[in-house]
Amino acid sequence: MSDVIAVSIWRGRDDGRYVDYKVPRLDSQTVLDVVTYVQRELDPTLSYRFACRVGVCGSCAMTVNGRPRWTCRTHVGKVAGGGRLELAPLANLPVVKDLATDMTQFFEKWQRAKGNFSPSKTRNDPVVQIRPSSPARVVVDKAIECINCGICYAACDSVRWDPVYLGPAALNRAWTLVNDERDASNRERLAAVAAVGGCHSCHTHQSCERHCPQSINPTASIAGLKRRTVRAYWSGELE
Amino acid sequence: MTLRLYLLQRLTAVLMVPLIIAHLVTIIYATHHGLSAAEILGRTRGSLGWATFYGSFVLLAAVHASLGVRSVAADWTPLRSAALDALMWLFCLALVLLGARGVYAVIAT
Repeated sequence: MSDVIAVSIWRGRDDGRYVDYKVPRLDSQTVLDVVTYVQRELDPTLSYRFACRVGVCGSCAMTVNGRPRWTCRTHVGKVAGGGRLELAPLANLPVVKDLATDMTQFFEKWQRAKGNFSPSKTRNDPVVQIRPSSPARVVVDKAIECINCGICYAACDSVRWDPVYLGPAALNRAWTLVNDERDASNRERLAAVAAVGGCHSCHTHQSCERHCPQSINPTASIAGLKRRTVRAYWSGELE
Repeated sequence: MTLRLYLLQRLTAVLMVPLIIAHLVTIIYATHHGLSAAEILGRTRGSLGWATFYGSFVLLAAVHASLGVRSVAADWTPLRSAALDALMWLFCLALVLLGARGVYAVIAT
């Protein structure tokens, strides 16, 4: 193992460039450790985003050697072939500066896909009992652990080609709510995900599934939405 | 792609499956039995059955393919909404005309 890592980091906005740094190699070092070292020891003007450092908050996703990854749980030893790292901001999102992207469109699409829970009961009603083994809940469990990191969105070809497309994360979220028997807005949600730029724009490339750090399969969720919207169309629920 | 176009593309695909199988079986039968062009035309000319079979095949393929071209154009070109629909209809019309010409050639007496 070399005692130094050669790191190229994207600096600036869309018209920026890669700048090279040398970072000491440590045991169990993560890519986020490398970025933090550069910012604290070499260049304090470097901008990037992180919070929890343990794979929960979804803030630190970047493009690492060409692939979108969560940097806090990506060990340098697993990705730095030949002792080199190339770090860039996530693709398919506007760059604010350096490694920080503007996630506004990502979260606006969650809203457009009706990704917010819409209760069908009030606080005065008894709590709905949902068995963990019920088929709907089993489906939800497979998709619920999304941490909003944007990695699937950055990996998605359909997002790159079609700026209107909602993207894997928003559609995956919608799928969890479609299967939530407590939710009251599924008619509107199905209409939202069946509109232009919705689930039918997915080409099933499965890059989202391949790169998701939480091992979620958004493609499967989107396929579920396709089936559900078709069923709703036949039954007259959707126009 | 919207839900209706998505459904139409899947529906035409499903309907084409038996037609494709029958078409392939026909080709294999014709080649294995050494049928000449004249013998094939002798069976197809004036046949309402073959006219219906290949006529529907052409219509289904035209709709299915033009929807596919619309999707590809939506991904790979700057065309949007009305322009995409225009491309889809033009491509569909071209396929229907070419296909109808082919069907007419083997059915007309």
